[in-house]
Amino acid sequence: MNIAAATNEHLANVSNTLIYSSMAVYTLAFLAYIAEWTFGSRSKIGRTAAALTGAEAKKAAAPAVTVQKAGTTTVLERPKVVVRAASGSRDVPDGPGAHGGDEQGDLYGRIAVSLTVLAFLVELSGVLARAASVERAPWGNMYEFNITFSTVAVGVYLTLLLLKKNVRWLGLFLVTTVLLDLGIAVTVLYTASDQLVPALHSYWLYIHVSTAIICGAVFYVGAVGTLLYLFKDSYESKLADGGKPGAFATSVMERLPASANLDKFSYRVNAAVFPLWTFTIIAGSIWAESAWGRYWGWDPKETWAFITWVAYACYLHARATAGWKGRKAAYLALIAFGCWIFNYYGVNIFVGGKHSYAGV
Amino acid sequence: MSKTSTEAPENPAGEDQDLGAAGSQLSTAPVETAMPGSFGGNRAPGLTGWLAWTGREALGWARWMWRQLTSMRVALMLLFLLSLGAVPGSLIPQSGTDALKVSEFQDAHKTLGPIYQKLGLFHVYGSAWFGAIYVLLFVSLIGCIIPRTWQFVGQLRGRPPGAPKRLNRLPAYATWRTAAAPDEVREVALQVLKKRRFRAHVAGDAVAAEKGYLRETGNLLFHLALIVMLIAFAWGQLFKSEGDKLIVEGDGFSNTLTQYDDFKSGNLFSDDDLVPFSFNLKNFVGTYQRTGPNRGTPSTFQADITYSLGAYGKSQKHTIKVNEPLEIGDSKVYLVSHGYAPVVTVRDGKGNVVFHQAVPMLPIDSNITSQGAIKVLDGYKNTQGVAEQLGFAALFVPTYAKGSGTMFSQYPGLDYPVLNVTGYHGDLGVNSGIPQNVYQLDTKNLKQFKTAKGAILKAQLLPGETMTLPNGAGSITFDKQIKEWAGFQVVQQPGTTWALAGALTAILGLAGSLFIQRRRVWVRATTGDDGATVVEMAGLGRSESAKLPEELGDLAAFVHDRAPTKTDDEPSVPPEGAEQQ
Repeated sequence: MNIAAATNEHLANVSNTLIYSSMAVYTLAFLAYIAEWTFGSRSKIGRTAAALTGAEAKKAAAPAVTVQKAGTTTVLERPKVVVRAASGSRDVPDGPGAHGGDEQGDLYGRIAVSLTVLAFLVELSGVLARAASVERAPWGNMYEFNITFSTVAVGVYLTLLLLKKNVRWLGLFLVTTVLLDLGIAVTVLYTASDQLVPALHSYWLYIHVSTAIICGAVFYVGAVGTLLYLFKDSYESKLADGGKPGAFATSVMERLPASANLDKFSYRVNAAVFPLWTFTIIAGSIWAESAWGRYWGWDPKETWAFITWVAYACYLHARATAGWKGRKAAYLALIAFGCWIFNYYGVNIFVGGKHSYAGV
Repeated sequence: MSKTSTEAPENPAGEDQDLGAAGSQLSTAPVETAMPGSFGGNRAPGLTGWLAWTGREALGWARWMWRQLTSMRVALMLLFLLSLGAVPGSLIPQSGTDALKVSEFQDAHKTLGPIYQKLGLFHVYGSAWFGAIYVLLFVSLIGCIIPRTWQFVGQLRGRPPGAPKRLNRLPAYATWRTAAAPDEVREVALQVLKKRRFRAHVAGDAVAAEKGYLRETGNLLFHLALIVMLIAFAWGQLFKSEGDKLIVEGDGFSNTLTQYDDFKSGNLFSDDDLVPFSFNLKNFVGTYQRTGPNRGTPSTFQADITYSLGAYGKSQKHTIKVNEPLEIGDSKVYLVSHGYAPVVTVRDGKGNVVFHQAVPMLPIDSNITSQGAIKVLDGYKNTQGVAEQLGFAALFVPTYAKGSGTMFSQYPGLDYPVLNVTGYHGDLGVNSGIPQNVYQLDTKNLKQFKTAKGAILKAQLLPGETMTLPNGAGSITFDKQIKEWAGFQVVQQPGTTWALAGALTAILGLAGSLFIQRRRVWVRATTGDDGATVVEMAGLGRSESAKLPEELGDLAAFVHDRAPTKTDDEPSVPPEGAEQQ
């Protein structure tokens, strides 16, 4: 037992070192993203303004974006498909990304992504070492939940990049919050590695908590998209109304995707994970049924999971309702994510209830 | 979102009118129409006229309210209210989960307490206003999905709508000129679309096709599943029963109402619904972490029992753990708490044993510092030979802090058990009819035993030690045996399977309604001015569909393969088997 304990102690220390190292690498990635944005600000192309104001006449002449489809696996020749933007929405091109078309900016952006990959791998090994040291899933308390959560969030981002989605603009926002999340984890929430209380001895721990973590990470990505949509939308509205946004706003907003695409992005992200969130709640209630004798008992965590669910349901319905889609629906999405965050931190720290383990 | 008239005010005029029927009913989202001001209309003179008018007016208002209730806007508001209404229940103590906290809150907040009580904030999820929100929401839901279901059935029985006049106004569009005849192109398109599982038919000069009906099916299924879940939950609450029982090792329990320490049940539960079974607690095992920062944190709890079904059932062995309840019929037996029950022997002045029992003690902290009361109800006579009752207030620690003298346990395991007792004699007050806390003494009619010097008589006993009562009043012995007790909760809640089935169906429906795109494709083939056939293909879906142009491209490639672009130097390319690169 002593040898095993010593190994575990050793592994736990290795895990801590790895987490701290990943924080260092994330910091470097953060600086590289900053450099990307800074160098990117050198480019001064006002595409949005051009699309919304000057080119109004040109737009009528050439309203469509032409998508040339490259030959895929089939050897068939594909006729050109003309895509028209949905009626009522602005026909605004996507920004070039944080680097703003600047070569040096792009270089720093690539460095930033590489550093993010490195930091992700270091953090992932930290999480795995932690799991090995406690010989169970690495989400038995808030510290472990936090480190796993940020790993998954970065994993989602890197997966989207790998799928060649236009999401590099997310990098700076993501790495900033990951650093905050890890900072809170190692300072406030740190819990030495240990075994779980009997209530957590269940395979549902693997299912329920892991899906909760994934949902949180994806909801977070969606919330960042929503927030940027709101900024970009008001920027576009201002331009369309003939206003003149500030230089900084122009510099940042011009590099982001079009508001319609940001909105679509966050909708897809949120809608894709909503069934998983539903499953998380159901898995939780199945577990609660075997652990606490009832599948639903309005425990604060359950209640807030329900509130979050209803808030996201509101958002999904609002997007389909006239007079609610657009900015109002986006506010609902942000409220819903706020509920998720409160459910995670607020309920454990301020409210308590049956989901409190290992101190918090 | 959809191209129904819901969106019409936002669109530039004329934009959607081109679509006409083509864009209709791509979803069955309710169409909101303007409400007229007066429903009664003209009122005819006389009583009959008034009655008719009032009837029309009332009916009109009822219809108006029903339409409002079933509109998306109101449903959205109710959804929002539901989440808002659930908030106070998580922040204010609830009598359903922690009645003690509620009374503490009421004592601490003299003004807020009664207001909260009036508003039902101590039992939010059972309160009238919360009930009103979810009942209205579900009425709205039913009022919404029933017409949508009929509409959808109609759509399934009908055929995809014909092509709009100008296909190039649709979100995705492709066109080319071919030498193949329009009929052939339509035939090819029909084959291609049907092979890709589109519902397709020829309507006029175009092929109309639609796919993704599972989206609407999923949507309806999801909302239906929510209703099933609500009914199952309500049913479960009405017929639910939940009882608590504390059992010391070696003791037993049979599932009847009188045996419970505490019992709660739903409004429609009857005592006959209890599943007849009984069980004995053989052994309880609790282990705790010895070392590390979380020393004392429990690592296992398990109760070994033997149980039997019915009055004469065969006895079976079983182990109940925290996450593994025992299921007997509709009943589930959960292990919910545990503690120690030191065995205590009380003798009278003559040395006769008047009490010999394991006394369960109630834990007051995580290291199982426990308190309890030893009550000798009858059989004891004092030195004068008068029947009296004895009571002992006891504190028990499984691991005593050597030398510190405080009665706070250092560890939840039985490392160094100590029992602290102080004795009383007189009337325990148990016959007064007022329910008593079994872990506390009511000292109103009791006299405390004092030493010869007048000090309070108390002792810290190690296992096997005895405290002698003054003046030959007898003695109390802390026996070497210390038993453990386990608290069980027996729950019967019907409808759980339905709730689970509803929940799983809801996920399935949700996945269908969020991941499947419903889209329409039209292929028009007409003879152009120069005699060549003009092929036009267009797709229409929800605004989120990024895959629509991609899919249209694929379809166009297949059609194009068999009706290729006409080139001037090859006036007659056979449509079949033409190789393309």
